[in-house]
Amino acid sequence: MTAPLLEVRGLVRRFGGVVALDGLDLTVRRGTVTALIGPNGAGKSTAFQCISGVIRPDGGKVIFDGQDITGARPDRVTRAGLVRSFQIARGIPRLTVLENLLLYGQHQPGETLSVAMLGGAATRRREEALRAQAVAVAARLNLTRVLDNPAAALSGGQKKLMEIGRALMAEPRLLLLDEPVAGVNPTLAAEIARHIAHLREEGMTVLVVEHHMDFVASLCDPVIVMAEGKLLAEGGFDSIAGDSRVQEAYMGRRVHA
Amino acid sequence: MEAYIIAMLVFAGFYALMALGLNVIWGLAGMVNLGLVGFFGLGAYATALLTKNLAWPMPLGWAAGALVAAAAGALMAVIVARLRGDYLAIVTLGFAEVIRLVASNEVWLTNGTDGISGIPGPWRGEVSPQTFNLIFLALVWSAVGVVFVLLARASHSPFGRVLRAIREDEDVAAVAGKPVLWFKVRAFALGAAVVGFSGALYAHYNAYIAPDGFAPLLTIYIVLALTAGGVGSMRGAVVGALLVVLLLEGTRFIAQEIPGVSPVQKAALRESIIALSLILLLRFRPQGLIPERTRTRSSP
Repeated sequence: MTAPLLEVRGLVRRFGGVVALDGLDLTVRRGTVTALIGPNGAGKSTAFQCISGVIRPDGGKVIFDGQDITGARPDRVTRAGLVRSFQIARGIPRLTVLENLLLYGQHQPGETLSVAMLGGAATRRREEALRAQAVAVAARLNLTRVLDNPAAALSGGQKKLMEIGRALMAEPRLLLLDEPVAGVNPTLAAEIARHIAHLREEGMTVLVVEHHMDFVASLCDPVIVMAEGKLLAEGGFDSIAGDSRVQEAYMGRRVHA
Repeated sequence: MEAYIIAMLVFAGFYALMALGLNVIWGLAGMVNLGLVGFFGLGAYATALLTKNLAWPMPLGWAAGALVAAAAGALMAVIVARLRGDYLAIVTLGFAEVIRLVASNEVWLTNGTDGISGIPGPWRGEVSPQTFNLIFLALVWSAVGVVFVLLARASHSPFGRVLRAIREDEDVAAVAGKPVLWFKVRAFALGAAVVGFSGALYAHYNAYIAPDGFAPLLTIYIVLALTAGGVGSMRGAVVGALLVVLLLEGTRFIAQEIPGVSPVQKAALRESIIALSLILLLRFRPQGLIPERTRTRSSP
């Protein structure tokens, strides 16, 4: 068996006196769509924030494809090939959908100040390549018609699709999706699940935080359950659903008189 | 009258340069900067001291003015990296006051509140004052032209796209793979350089600079110019600067024409007209005269 793509070991993060992550261990194997579930307050979002570098962990290690990225800045994490989406779709409202997609393109020489002011063939070539890539990403996500609209004008579901599209533009090897179908109608949720399944067929590895259990059951294997900042259980959806510790974490403990 | 109009157009050029510089820092990157006049002053003092005391050629002095301001801007960007909104406004305002107070008190260097006089100007003394003004008018507006072209290109480049993203949501820009602090430092340095360059030109036009020439009111005029012209739009910055000078100066004549009021009342009426015009403009055109627009389209 090859080494896992992502390994999290003993991750700790405290906010004042609150321990959000209390020694979390988790592993994401290559080519899987792994779900990270757990009751509210279990620390799933904090885990995402720490893995993606948006906040720094207080302890533990994050190893991505053999490379230690613990506490690395988010731009470094992205360039290493690990790209996350945001839970509340955070489009750049005053840029168009196309520009939001292009923003996630890497290796653009036109982001250097002198090149930006003086122009250059390399910038134009890279911009054309990124534009072609963005048009292709938009086509697979059904966003072609809205490419030139400002991101602020998208519907809630389209914003969710754009979140995924933007992350794809950075050509990730691991995609972290934070609640990709929260607040989305069932038809679109099924469509998003199909998009993710296609990505897996193409060899992408995905880690998803999601509360929508039908979505998790139909798409994700394995399923990792977190509770109180730690790993609680891991396995196929059915074995997880039947696990009494998981039921307790979600429903509370039965009190015997 | 003609000399007066030319002088006003020269000042409009200084304002336009400052508004362009502010547009990089605030308009594109979203960092409030109420310390503009500090960078303006740094540029003015740098070139005044170098050309007068060390006899540097003027163009080198202007470049030095821009560079000194850029260095201060880069340092400022690092210091305020984690600040936003009101906090950033206070720190930058304080910076400008520090520059002014240092200029007032370090007499050995700046001659204190007496200021520095006799700063050379291009062909000053060799040509008539009218010709000198015309030469400077051409000089300052050529500078506006060059700076405008360079900044407009930067604004519509991938670099500008990243700055706009940082303005709207820093976390997203970072996750998009962009080193946010490095972009902020470059934006701040670039904007400050343009403002410092404007200050350097001003020093050579005016021949005399003193600390009270660098009071916070000037910063407010430039913020108004950019707000009226269109935050985020380089054309808006230039148009807004012209508008503010037109309002500030044009209202003198309107106020003169109002019958039956005392001179003190006329002065008050003038300020009221300026305020009312800007309020009406922003009420009916909150995005400014020339709203920000990006140019990237899916089919080239």
